[in-house]
Amino acid sequence: MIETKDLSVSYSGKTVIRDVSLKVAPGEILAIVGPSGCGKSSFLAAINRLTDLVPGASVSGQVLVDCCDVRSTSRTPVELRKCCGMIFQKPNPFEMSVKKNIQLPLKEHGVRDKAELNRITEEVLKKVGLWDEVHDRLNQSATELSGGQQQRLCIARAMALRPQIMLMDEPCSALDPISSATVESLIESMRGDFTVVIVTHNLAQARRISDRTAVFWVVDGVGQLIAEGETEQVFENPKNEVAAAYFSGLKG
Amino acid sequence: MSSSLRRLTFSNALSAVFAWGCVMVVGAAACLLLYSVIVAGASQVNWEFLVSEPEDSGRAGGIAPIILSTVWIIFVCLLTTIPLGVGTAVFLADYSSGSVRLASWIRTSLDVLGGVPSIVFGLFGNAFFCQALGMGYSILSGGLTLACMVLPIFIRVAESAIRNVASDHYQAAMALAMSKWTTSFRVILPKALPGLLAALTLGLARALAETAALIFTSGYVTRYPDSIRDSGRSLSVHIYDLAMNVTGGNDRAFATAAVLVILLLIINGVTYWVARRLQ
Repeated sequence: MIETKDLSVSYSGKTVIRDVSLKVAPGEILAIVGPSGCGKSSFLAAINRLTDLVPGASVSGQVLVDCCDVRSTSRTPVELRKCCGMIFQKPNPFEMSVKKNIQLPLKEHGVRDKAELNRITEEVLKKVGLWDEVHDRLNQSATELSGGQQQRLCIARAMALRPQIMLMDEPCSALDPISSATVESLIESMRGDFTVVIVTHNLAQARRISDRTAVFWVVDGVGQLIAEGETEQVFENPKNEVAAAYFSGLKG
Repeated sequence: MSSSLRRLTFSNALSAVFAWGCVMVVGAAACLLLYSVIVAGASQVNWEFLVSEPEDSGRAGGIAPIILSTVWIIFVCLLTTIPLGVGTAVFLADYSSGSVRLASWIRTSLDVLGGVPSIVFGLFGNAFFCQALGMGYSILSGGLTLACMVLPIFIRVAESAIRNVASDHYQAAMALAMSKWTTSFRVILPKALPGLLAALTLGLARALAETAALIFTSGYVTRYPDSIRDSGRSLSVHIYDLAMNVTGGNDRAFATAAVLVILLLIINGVTYWVARRLQ
């Protein structure tokens, strides 16, 4: 469960999103759409506190993950990020073997038993449909995989930590159409098991895979939430004029 | 051909001639230098020269103890430079987001230190390592002084090598809730290794070539050093001494210079090869 209340993010005094209040129910897929620069990625980064890494970034308002404020001292950023997996636009496997990519973070979080490590590796690789393709080259460098395979490996790597939430920042936009379709159906298969927030430029994709859609737009130079609701309703019958123009291709 | 096109073609040709001309001048200067050192020196370099002790103030005999002292000095220098340098570079590249002012202060000091003449490092090394810390004229003092000199340039080059790979791997590791230690040393550094090697080669070349910082610190006795607490003469100091203080020492100075140049070429070749293999 994710909930934001009046969330604003600014970098060195320049506000990029203002007063975003959104709720994502457990197991649901929320798509965030909108033109470039409207703060979609910053919204994601505020959820798992990746904004902490940006010098000069400041976050105001509230972000609740599982009913607990992300900035509350009862949960460290490490614990928070462990329950929020994150997938980036550009696949970013570490420059090491396929197996190590999954097992290094696991070891970091205390899984030491070799059999257990291998079991989880196989399990997550099967979940992302990569096992058949790579089971005989687990010790090869992950950078030798194709772009789509690398992205699925990154998803497997995130899944291995058993997060409840998956934050995805345009996970398909750097992939070719076939890999993109594979990753897309993988995301659809996560419905129910993970709470997914996916940022995408691809309106058709948002419509295909999401339960609910949020539209961000730049209003007076600041990213804001202008429409939100059940995906079909938002697309079919947008109440907001700007959103309607965006969907029909007249704006954005 | 229109006149504007002709003018463009002419100016392209002119800039190509200019660029090539510059390359030729620089390349010729480097070749001439290598050629003169190797022609004047290499004829006297033989196995005997490499394995025997100097005699008659270096006019005769070989340079075996000097090679040994040089290796020890470089060893001490590297043993200090690598951990300190890599640690600082990691701090500057990754950790400093929380302490921007400290990091920029460190960078500025490093840049200033990088421009300090080596003789000043020599005087500092003499006052600090030899006298204040009581290490005397020794390989240890010399190696540590060299480390002070090499560190600024090593850190700055290493920092940019780490920065070049860091951002997306760093983000990925942070999103996977990994510790900064694992992120830096197991994820980012292995990828930055070719760049770190380049930094090391730069530092090493500077250290091997150094004379002024070593005369007052590691000393200039020509015998075999007993240990790193003993004094020892480096190749560059030997060249300086033969050329400036020993009448009739010029030939042997060139021979030693040839050995030094060949050593540098080998080190460059090896690191280049290793870096290529790593990529």
